[in-house]
Amino acid sequence: MSRKKELLSRVGLRLDGRRADELRRIRCKLGVFTQPDGSAYIEQGLTKVLAAVYGPHQVRSKQKAQHDTCIINTQFSMAVFSTNERKKRPRGDRKSTELSMHLQQALLAVIKTELYPWSQIDVYVEVLHGDGGIYPACVNAATLAIIDAGIPIKEYVCACTASLGNNDIPMLDVSHQEEVIGGPTLTVAALPMSGKIVLMEMSQRFHLDHLPKVLDKALEGCKDIKAILDEAVKNHVREMGSSTGWANTTS
Amino acid sequence: MSQKIHIRTASASSRVRPLATTEKSYKIFTPGEVVIKEANTNFVRGHGTYEENGDLKASVAGVKEQVNKLISVRPLKSRYNGQVGEVLVGRISEVQQKRWKVDTNSRLDSVLMLSSVNLPGGELRRRSVEDQHMMRQYLQEGDLISAEVQSIFSDGSLSLHTRSLRYGKLGQGLLIKVFPSLVKKSKIHFHNLPFGVSLILGNNGYIWISPPTDNTDDNVGGFVQNLEEVISKDIREAMGRVRNCILALAENKMMLFDTSIVFAYEESLKYSVAELLLPEAMVDVALLTQHRLSMLDDYEFE
Repeated sequence: MSRKKELLSRVGLRLDGRRADELRRIRCKLGVFTQPDGSAYIEQGLTKVLAAVYGPHQVRSKQKAQHDTCIINTQFSMAVFSTNERKKRPRGDRKSTELSMHLQQALLAVIKTELYPWSQIDVYVEVLHGDGGIYPACVNAATLAIIDAGIPIKEYVCACTASLGNNDIPMLDVSHQEEVIGGPTLTVAALPMSGKIVLMEMSQRFHLDHLPKVLDKALEGCKDIKAILDEAVKNHVREMGSSTGWANTTS
Repeated sequence: MSQKIHIRTASASSRVRPLATTEKSYKIFTPGEVVIKEANTNFVRGHGTYEENGDLKASVAGVKEQVNKLISVRPLKSRYNGQVGEVLVGRISEVQQKRWKVDTNSRLDSVLMLSSVNLPGGELRRRSVEDQHMMRQYLQEGDLISAEVQSIFSDGSLSLHTRSLRYGKLGQGLLIKVFPSLVKKSKIHFHNLPFGVSLILGNNGYIWISPPTDNTDDNVGGFVQNLEEVISKDIREAMGRVRNCILALAENKMMLFDTSIVFAYEESLKYSVAELLLPEAMVDVALLTQHRLSMLDDYEFE
């Protein structure tokens, strides 16, 4: 048996040349579509995700309508060409359904649903290229799309993964390559400003002693991502505002 | 016949920067950001804000607006928030007892009561049970109407009325949907443009382009729909051009009002109607329009 490949080299670099606490490059864009109320595109390393938000709008089925909140409908799908092996179908399998539900949970934690009785918000995310950290990229894209749609949220919800390299060192933002080699992956969706955790998931077991430091690393990652998204949102709003001449602002 | 083929590189789309019209800059708030620290009793919480741990925080991305003590943050883009008196274009989505449900791009379907339409046969006509049965003959699912916001219900849905000869069922024409925030609010939303096209700029972002309407007041109730009339090719072409011009302006996030649309139309004449759908042409038209608008502004300030 060959020796298990090390996730961190002796000088502390990872397989793609990052250090343990470095995120992959994030590029994002808001308002990519004109048809939905809000849309966003995000790239985290090679993981590419599109998100579109429709609503709040009238609930289509009468039974589901809630008199005090709005319902949030999420759909996660992965393009058939997004992974190494061509997928049979883009959505509907167990993994997609699970990710849809997790996404819904993360969004329910931030959207001020009580403001929109009898309404519904649809969030569609599509993975164009999956290269590790699919769920975090989807959460971040959905957050941006919701902000673009002008839907009130308490704060950003960001997600990030972290892992444990060489059984000791916490590593941020795990890529697909590192996922495959092994090492437990901890996925965290959090509200970076208040430090609340809305979702936490582990792919494998590791010793409880390691959990606090890996979790801290992941939360740090969420904060960093929030700063990047915030910058992008501000730039987008500034561009939009200056091209409309701030016509809708009175003060 | 050889056909012109347009080839664009993928990077071309990113070269186009949004057009900045003003140097004005505002402080931009993003969700979760503290708008006012320790806002106790001195402030009233408005839209787009919430209170947490005594601080007033923003819940949407936008700029702060303050009216006396009321603090709100307005997003640059959202669903349509109706206000009484605004002109809308909507589509009938449901026919119910005594009312129609209208899709108006707001967060709940709007309501058009049977009692707030002008039925054929005079304004003061009593509405009978027969009228309720006849409702689908006046307006059925899928019909487009223009209407005005009469009132707002407690749950935020809008009540509409068409009690004027200007409003009612729409006949032949084109509908464009843009973001509601791009339609400039003005006193007049019905325009007869100089090149033989009439336009309804709905506050809800639905824009209706139709052949010129003669302003004779002999059409009763606004439920007549003349689909037999043949519109001449010139007018149809002008309508198509107006549509593409509006799309070009909307794509570049420019405000839509009569002057901007007329300018865009005039600047677009060097392109054919179909060419106007090319991104380069759209940006060009938008830029030229903006240039003319800014000259107009300068002139006004002198």
